[in-house]
Amino acid sequence: MSAKSITIPGMAAIEVKELCREYRVFRKGEGLLASVRGLFHREHTIISAVRNISFTIEEGEMVAFLGPNGAGKTTTLKLLSGLVVPSSGTATVLGHIPWNREDAFRRRFSLVTGQKEQLWWDLPAQESFRLHKEIYRISSDDYQRRIDELTELLEVRQLMAQPVRQLSLGERMRMELIAALLHRPDVLFLDEPTIGLDVVSQRRVQEFLRHYQREQRITVILTSHYMKDVEALCSRAIVINKGTVIHDGPLAAIIDRFSRHKIIELQFSDNGFPEGLERFGRIVDTRPPRVRIQVEKQRVSECLATILSRHSVDDISVMERPLEDVIAELFSADDAARRQDVSV
Amino acid sequence: MTSAADHRSVNGEWTLSNEVVARLRLKWLILRTAIEERLVYRADFAFSTLVRFLPIVTQIFLWSAIFQNDSSRTMKGYNFPQMVSYYLLVMLARAFSSMPGLSTGIAGSIADGSVRKYLIQPVDMLDHLFWHRVAHKLVYYCIAAGPFALVFWLCRHHLPGWPAWPVTVAFVASLLMSFAIGFLIEALIGLIAFWFLEVSSLIFIYMMLSYFLSGHMIPLELLSQWIPIVDVLPFRYLAYTPAAIMLGKIPAEQLPVELMIQATWIIALLVMNRIAFSRGVKRYSSFGG
Repeated sequence: MSAKSITIPGMAAIEVKELCREYRVFRKGEGLLASVRGLFHREHTIISAVRNISFTIEEGEMVAFLGPNGAGKTTTLKLLSGLVVPSSGTATVLGHIPWNREDAFRRRFSLVTGQKEQLWWDLPAQESFRLHKEIYRISSDDYQRRIDELTELLEVRQLMAQPVRQLSLGERMRMELIAALLHRPDVLFLDEPTIGLDVVSQRRVQEFLRHYQREQRITVILTSHYMKDVEALCSRAIVINKGTVIHDGPLAAIIDRFSRHKIIELQFSDNGFPEGLERFGRIVDTRPPRVRIQVEKQRVSECLATILSRHSVDDISVMERPLEDVIAELFSADDAARRQDVSV
Repeated sequence: MTSAADHRSVNGEWTLSNEVVARLRLKWLILRTAIEERLVYRADFAFSTLVRFLPIVTQIFLWSAIFQNDSSRTMKGYNFPQMVSYYLLVMLARAFSSMPGLSTGIAGSIADGSVRKYLIQPVDMLDHLFWHRVAHKLVYYCIAAGPFALVFWLCRHHLPGWPAWPVTVAFVASLLMSFAIGFLIEALIGLIAFWFLEVSSLIFIYMMLSYFLSGHMIPLELLSQWIPIVDVLPFRYLAYTPAAIMLGKIPAEQLPVELMIQATWIIALLVMNRIAFSRGVKRYSSFGG
């Protein structure tokens, strides 16, 4: 694969400044009477899908967008793809204002969603690819080279002549990726690319994306609910909740910043474990003689000292909590108050 | 980071002729791909072709009962053979101007969000759908040519002789323009979904009205005394005008004017479509995309 041709050092691929997007939503009261009333008079409420978000993504970065459903991730991707016009604020992608939808911009990015809508359902994927060749004005040589490359990497060469509707979900997703990458976009937006895929397909898509992004140095924003995708692909994460950015930095820093607990794994000498460990923290896993306890960060050394003084322990390790758990906790409703305090 | 100019240089210098060639190639590819897609649905096609011929049989029976097979009787200038010819020609015109599934397809893609494909990719939705529809029609004509020829042959005793060549040329021009008008009206109705998500009842009303106002149900001469507006609406070009031209109902000297009006409607509808699309997309992107 060839490297990208010209680079302008210091220029950000994506710049977002104080972007806001509000929606007016029809509010219907409960019951038949309210429905009838709604025929004459409608009440609307304003919902802020994206509130004042700002971030910069450099060329060649692969960034994860994390957040619970309705956090504003998809709206942000829609804003950056030009599908939605902001209520206020600015954004540029590759120097273009996305919602102007200039052809020069549209030839340089791709949006892949779990909805998989780029391919013609009743025809083999190669027909859709040929159409993409003309839509994006790809020269015949480039087209052939890229098709060879991408079908090889994604292991779908033998499926090129099969109607898309006969392909499995995972195969279709891989074909969608080819369609999205044929014109060699500089920016790629991936909205839940592995949703609904089995573990094997998921891993294959992950490996492909990692390899392709490194080779081509394209700028990627990825949203995914699978933390495994995110951990495998991105080193930087932007965490969005309720339309605002609550974290922007290294993925690993999310655990440091938002997790109040660590995991202590203990292996006791005798073939069991003592009673009363609950007082140190929540026991998350028991496989005698091993036990895992979730302990508050500031109490780790105190707990260890107490346990060691009272019991005979063969092995000890102190671990961070899995990212998935931290994220889940971060987004859970009962954590909302704390989130407000730490938000930036 | 590559600039827009680099992307152009991939295919050589940007020139007007390169641009035109690239656009024509795209139209051809859409046409070709859509033809391949249509050929997948063989059974559906054969069935819809057959169904199209059923109404003509009932129409002939109906009018033969009205005229009681008396060829000397006329109704607003139509005798029985002319009435049969009218229905055959209207059937042919509708084969050009009817657009099954176009409005509902556009409305559906707006409702389910798949319309965003046309906003993200550097393609023009109306152009794309137009060539898609041309492909649809071409495949249909290939399949329906046999049955059409058979029906015309069976009714050959009722058909008038072949008219003078300028009339035939005007007929063909009118037929082709009826395709464009049919496409543009239905596309416009589909685009209304940008404002009202549910347009199925609107489409139903349009189908009813166009059946009536296009002259598909009865010749417009029988209708215009009650509803004079039919003469100035674009619907007449969907069925009545091509048939009337071929049957000599429109005087030869008036043909150029008639065709000019038809062409003007195409331009007007095209402008309306463009406005509706651009405003619709604006509304769409301010309501959630």
